[in-house]
Parts: sequence; structure tokens; C-alpha cells
Amino acid sequence: MRIEYFQLIDRITALNLFDLTIRAEATVPTTSTIFEGHFPGRPLMPGVLLIESMAQASGWLIIAHTRFERMPFLAALKEVKLRTFVTPGQTLAVSAKLVHEGSGFAVTKAEINADDKLVCNAEITFRVVDFPKGEFLASMQEVAKRIALPTETAAHG
Amino acid sequence: MSSTFNTVASIIAETCDIPRDTINPDSHAIDDLGIDSLDFLDIAFAIDKAFGIKLPLEQWTQEVNDGKATTEQYFVLQNLCSRIDDLVAAKAK
Repeated sequence: MRIEYFQLIDRITALNLFDLTIRAEATVPTTSTIFEGHFPGRPLMPGVLLIESMAQASGWLIIAHTRFERMPFLAALKEVKLRTFVTPGQTLAVSAKLVHEGSGFAVTKAEINADDKLVCNAEITFRVVDFPKGEFLASMQEVAKRIALPTETAAHG
Repeated sequence: MSSTFNTVASIIAETCDIPRDTINPDSHAIDDLGIDSLDFLDIAFAIDKAFGIKLPLEQWTQEVNDGKATTEQYFVLQNLCSRIDDLVAAKAK
């Protein structure tokens, strides 16, 4: 997890474009300035970053499904439940399923598990727009390669 | 049309917390009911699910932006319901 860069997904571990599901891994760093403030003496992964992790896994699913033709942007959250604390060093299993693909928007259901325990879950709505080309596309493809998004998907970009 | 309107009005009332009795066939979703684009995504999601269709929101927005259509054609509820009926009929063919 490159937490200071807001790149929270380490590795895509499974992608199923038939079922429209994705699984990813994200390990919370053991040290970060974030934990100095959140909280002094009791470092906790902020809940908003857990939500962002679910959004990013969902986002990679949408990007893979649309083969880098469409870019999702976080728009709305529903039924967000933050069920337990996450601490530095924990490895998170982030998963998402695309439950609706509308015109200009998409909806996923996502969750995070750690140590076989449900950490959080949410229904997430994204605005989906044509993928920005040029440097943006190239940088996203670079990230896709780093996190091992299946190359067949990335190659279509 | 009536059945479609009742379903759509109920979706709008529930999604946007708007009193059902203030929603009429000639209500403009944006101008009269004050529904913004983000709330309309929720409505579109619910309509898509309820009718098994995909409202072509991007196409409609593009047509409005290009001056080829007015918002009334798509967002006055009786017109929206007619579009929904057309989409349902097209899907059934």
C-alpha cells in the first residue's frame, strides 16, 4: 500500500470478467505519518482509507471490464459499515462485485476482510466517463502493471 | 403509462425523500422537484432495476448539451415514462 500516494491496492489476486468480480491484496504499512496523528500511541488505519481501498478495487474492476475505455470516479456511498479496527502491518483482502452498469455510472458492492474477519463493506456508486488519454492513460497502465492487473486487459488500452 | 408513472414516482419519492403527492406527470425532475444529477443516478439505478432497462442518460445529456433536445423531453416525468415504456417495448422485441 503506497499510502502517501493514495495508491492503496498492492496486487490484484483474482479478476473474473464473467462474474464481474475482483479480489485484491493491500498491506497497511507499518509506519506512516498518518499514524502519528491517527492516533498518537494508538495507530489505526483511517476508515476513509478503508473506503478508498474498496473504491480503488472496484475502480480497477470497472477499468478492466471496460478495457481502459472508461474511467470511474467515486460519486456516492451507501450502507457503509466499518466493523472493526485495522492496524499497521495488517494485510487486507479487498473484493468487489459490479452489480449494475448504467449509462454513465456503475454500482459495486465491496468489502474488506482481514484475518478471515469482515472489516467493512459498502455499496459504491461511480460516475463513469471516457478514459482520459495521453499521460493519464499511460500512468494508469503503469500502475495496472505494478499491481498485476491481468495483462490481457491492460494491453487493450 | 399510469403504471410506469406510479413506479417512477414511488422511486423518486423514496430515493429523494420527496412527498409522493407532490410528484405529478408534468413535474420536471430537475426544475420542479429539485433533483440533482447525483440523486438522478440513484433514480436511474432504481429505474434500470425495476424495468430491466438501461436509461441512456449519457446520450440524453449529450443531446441536451448539443442543443438537439430540451431537458423537458427527457426529464418531465410523463416524457420520461414514455421513454421508459419505449425502452421496455424495444427490449421485448
